[in-house]
Amino acid sequence: MASTVAQGRGATKRRALGARTVFLGPGLLYVTAFMTIPILLVVSYAFLTRGRFGGVEFPVTLENFARALDPIYLRVLWNSIFIASVTTLLALLIGYPTAYAITKLPARWRTVALVLVVLPFWTNFLIRTYAWIVLLNSQGPVNKTLESLGLIAEPLEMLYTRGAVIAGLLYAYLPLMILPVYASIERLDRSLLEAATNLGASKFRSFVTVTLPLTLPGTMIGAIFVFVPSLGNFIVPELLGGGKTVMVGNLIRDQFLKARDWPFGAVLALVMVLFLAGLFAVQAMVARRINGRGARA
Amino acid sequence: MTQKHLVEISGLSKSYGDVVALDEVSISIKENEFFALLGPSGCGKTTLLRVVAGFEEPDSGAVLLGGSNLLSLPPHKRPINLMFQSYALFPHMSVERNIAYGLEREKLPKDEIRARVGEVLETVGLRDKARTRPAQLSGGQRQRVALARAIIKRPRLLLLDEPLSALDRKVRAEMQLELKRLQHEVGITFVVVTHDQEEAMSMADRIAVMSLGRVQQVDTPVGMYQRPANVFVADFIGTSNMFEGVAAPGGVDVTNIGFLPAQDPTPAVAGAAYLMVRPEDVRIVDDGGLLTGTVLETQFFGGASTIAVQVAGHGAPVVLTCQGAANVERGASVRLSWPADKAVVLER
Repeated sequence: MASTVAQGRGATKRRALGARTVFLGPGLLYVTAFMTIPILLVVSYAFLTRGRFGGVEFPVTLENFARALDPIYLRVLWNSIFIASVTTLLALLIGYPTAYAITKLPARWRTVALVLVVLPFWTNFLIRTYAWIVLLNSQGPVNKTLESLGLIAEPLEMLYTRGAVIAGLLYAYLPLMILPVYASIERLDRSLLEAATNLGASKFRSFVTVTLPLTLPGTMIGAIFVFVPSLGNFIVPELLGGGKTVMVGNLIRDQFLKARDWPFGAVLALVMVLFLAGLFAVQAMVARRINGRGARA
Repeated sequence: MTQKHLVEISGLSKSYGDVVALDEVSISIKENEFFALLGPSGCGKTTLLRVVAGFEEPDSGAVLLGGSNLLSLPPHKRPINLMFQSYALFPHMSVERNIAYGLEREKLPKDEIRARVGEVLETVGLRDKARTRPAQLSGGQRQRVALARAIIKRPRLLLLDEPLSALDRKVRAEMQLELKRLQHEVGITFVVVTHDQEEAMSMADRIAVMSLGRVQQVDTPVGMYQRPANVFVADFIGTSNMFEGVAAPGGVDVTNIGFLPAQDPTPAVAGAAYLMVRPEDVRIVDDGGLLTGTVLETQFFGGASTIAVQVAGHGAPVVLTCQGAANVERGASVRLSWPADKAVVLER
């Protein structure tokens, strides 16, 4: 396709460019206005001094960055990464088999299954998280059921624990794992699996040597889709963690809304953005290597 | 022909709902034969290949390989390798790893795998591409990798699904010779599925022409061309002139034209029949002749020419070919003839 464009006459090229601008324009404008500018603001805030009642003032300083290295904050960051990682791992262990099973369903049931996967998105996130409070509290249905089955004598303290936060995040973001994994398994060329079989691979072997590596890029996208919002989430830790489990998201929000330390909040936000950009870069690299484009060995 | 049969396919049937893909197919393939399954798309040739490879289960029938039941083996345990139409190379593995894949599944020692991969790379002429990924190869190179991956396991039977269809014309002609050479070199029985009659004719020792799930004829390329078993085969293989009429001793009484001579068919055809004669067997003669007509058009192809002649009472023009340029003008009146043993009587 690229060669066709290259061979095209100037007029064709201009027309193609015109059409591209028309299609890309609105999206590009939106992203520029509401993504790039705020990020630039965040970057600039990070280098300024805290205003007395919020906001930022001169002079320019690096002090905010130094503060982010304080062990207190590093511990919060570490805690967040830990919780987001466990959530992602669980989402992977549950989501991959689910997605795989969905691809094996007859066409009609596949659609039903996919609709069921995204069904929770039809209800407000906050409401769904509140529902988990009802579920997990000491008088909630989970405890009641376990008690009536005689499995426990006293209600379990499930709410306001790290486990509750992980459960909440997993519940919230599992579909974001299932969908990209499903797409990548679905897209997999069936003849590759037949080739593996024909060359003597058992079902398990062909899964490990063909399906798994070729769906790795899609799986990484799923992992990022779960990891990123889990890391930045502040609603779930607040509602299900009862404020005991502080994550980076809470910290950033508190810097802006409670502590009125905008520059420090901006630094924390910036650290997150860079961290996530790094993850996407790794994903892109792996995808390129797997597809054999630009790879040397 | 006392060679023993390696593959015996008998009474193989398979339908998908109302669509019959294979209808009582029986074919025997000899050891070390280059066999072609030829037919238009949807004739069942690919289904047959997939049944033999184990990707589809037949509704009924049997397939024997070297005398033992092949259908009872799971697909990954069959001593058969398939070269896919799309090549199905693993994009995440280098050429070397793609080729080694089959041997790794056999859990052979690493040294032996390396040696055999090297050998096969040499055979297909891709030594310097060992560490390249399939995405960076040309179509012809990919085809060689697919072939190398399929022959390295030294299968008893190699199936090739439209092996040349993804290549452009020039490379295709080269690869046809290459495949033929390779088959002699490695001594494996080849079964090629193709819709391209020229490809089948030029490569195969024997051809099975299939249509609508049935085997129409199994013969050598020359035999099939000279003695097609029915109208479908005559039409599908090469170009032909068909005359409609009624079978008569020594030829056909052609509607509106009269008696035309042909070789006696075995088994004898009675009643409604076609007389079929190939363009290169029709000649322009000075006097006498079987037909007269006017030249409609001549086409020059360099080495040979095609002349279309309109014959009164016959719908389609009679086509003949001659060496070099045609020495007749458009509109000229010509007499046509052919040796009786070159014309074939076919059941209508």
